[in-house]
Amino acid sequence: MLLTVNNLRVSYGNIRALHGIGFQIDEGEIVCIIGANGAGKSTTLRAISRLVPVEPGTGMRYMGKDLLAYPADRVVSELGISHVPEGRRLFGNLTVMENLTLATFARKDRKGIALDLDRVFSIFPRLAERKTQKAGTLSGGEQQMLAIGRAFMSGRKVMLLDEPSMGLAPLLMTNMFEALEDLNREGTAILLVEQNARLALKFAQRGYVLENGTLVLQGPSQALLADPQVRRAYLG
Amino acid sequence: MMTFFFQNLVNALQWGSFYALIALGYSMVYGILMLFNFAHGDIFMVGAYIGFGVATGLTALASAGAVALPHWLVLVLTILISMFLTSFVGMAVERFGYRPLRDAPRASAAITGLMIGIILETANLALLGARRISFPPLIRSVTYDIGGVYVTNKKIMIVVVSIALMVGLHQFVRRTKWGMAMRAMAFDFVVVPLMGVPLNTIAAMTFALGSALAAAAGILFAVAYPVLDPYMGIVFGWKAFVAAILGGRGSVLGATLAGFLLGFIEIFVAMIFPSTLRDFIAYSIILLILVFRPHGFFGEPYSARLRL
Repeated sequence: MLLTVNNLRVSYGNIRALHGIGFQIDEGEIVCIIGANGAGKSTTLRAISRLVPVEPGTGMRYMGKDLLAYPADRVVSELGISHVPEGRRLFGNLTVMENLTLATFARKDRKGIALDLDRVFSIFPRLAERKTQKAGTLSGGEQQMLAIGRAFMSGRKVMLLDEPSMGLAPLLMTNMFEALEDLNREGTAILLVEQNARLALKFAQRGYVLENGTLVLQGPSQALLADPQVRRAYLG
Repeated sequence: MMTFFFQNLVNALQWGSFYALIALGYSMVYGILMLFNFAHGDIFMVGAYIGFGVATGLTALASAGAVALPHWLVLVLTILISMFLTSFVGMAVERFGYRPLRDAPRASAAITGLMIGIILETANLALLGARRISFPPLIRSVTYDIGGVYVTNKKIMIVVVSIALMVGLHQFVRRTKWGMAMRAMAFDFVVVPLMGVPLNTIAAMTFALGSALAAAAGILFAVAYPVLDPYMGIVFGWKAFVAAILGGRGSVLGATLAGFLLGFIEIFVAMIFPSTLRDFIAYSIILLILVFRPHGFFGEPYSARLRL
């Protein structure tokens, strides 16, 4: 297993957001977590990225290492776990190029960086055209491209994606998922979190269903798509 | 009349240099951490005192014949060494004063800053006593008469060194990856670690830069007005703080321009009105500017995102 999460518990003040969930991601896999708004999907990703503190008893192992021993920046720079946050969170005051460059802050491999940059521009040619433009002036679709490109530059053993489809027109969405499939074929494992369950399950190989901070169902995407409970609650 | 104007212009540039150098430290810290470092004025004081120590030491070495140091080199070394040493004071303030309060209410950090300031002042008092000390004269004062306007070599030096430091800082923030990280932090603090950027390193570096500039201001001030006292940083600190606000949150260019503007307003108000009214009128003008531009000259009306 690439990433194993056990008994993940996170609280915000007195409110427990995650009640001890466990899941795995294997090398090269695409896994999704679906659930309603407020189920704890974003919190799950933030816990892996070490942006929110976890409670004692939580276990997270990544390639045989204790992930909890790493602070947020080293989860990215040393473990190669990148994160496309909810709402993209680009640095609107920096140019497209600067956003991509900043993501390589801790990297020393100049050649690798140059290659990765070429790769990002070949997947998203629009970004190459807009290199010197401030990220804040990009359209929604371009911003999502940049958010993914930026994550790709920062580390790409695993990519955590938080609602990447949000605010995208259907055609752009298809393009984006195709780009993600390309990255996945090159070896990036993907953990996707989505409210749009149908989309997520079509894209992922396996899925988990999160309800009120607890995982209630899991299985291959096909099985979840066919599951009456999932169909009723999430596929309408 | 014109010579009178230019005479005051020279003075305004000199005072503006002090304000701008200090304002930059306020502005950068406020920009990236949404924190008013109210101890910053006292860092200016500490910088001046460290400069005094370094200058005294170097002068003693030179006059003992241990090393051949021309006066200008003593000054250059004093500025550089003091900037370097004072940056550690700034980093210590960040590490032990503010970092534990990163997630605390901003008021706690502000109060802590004021306390750190008082500690720096009183610690100085305890160490060196209540006497004022005079800064060693590192360069001989030479006055040039340029068409009736008297300019000293010290004033020229102060303005040139200040502007060089500001240009250097501007380039650093624009062109290096650390500067890029600082700008990113000012925009969206919480997701910066997702870029593999260690927040604490950037925070410490920002304090180091700001403190180094304040130290430079302290020494340049001491060159022009060679009397140091433990409370010299208070008024300077507040005025530079006003300049930082006027410049706009986190804006290097804004803090620089506002620092100079402050110098100009003060000097030119004093040119017209009695000097006892100087600050009253000068800061009323600034208040008026802020009524119409509450975010300052280059501040943008967004607030940095501090939460997920």
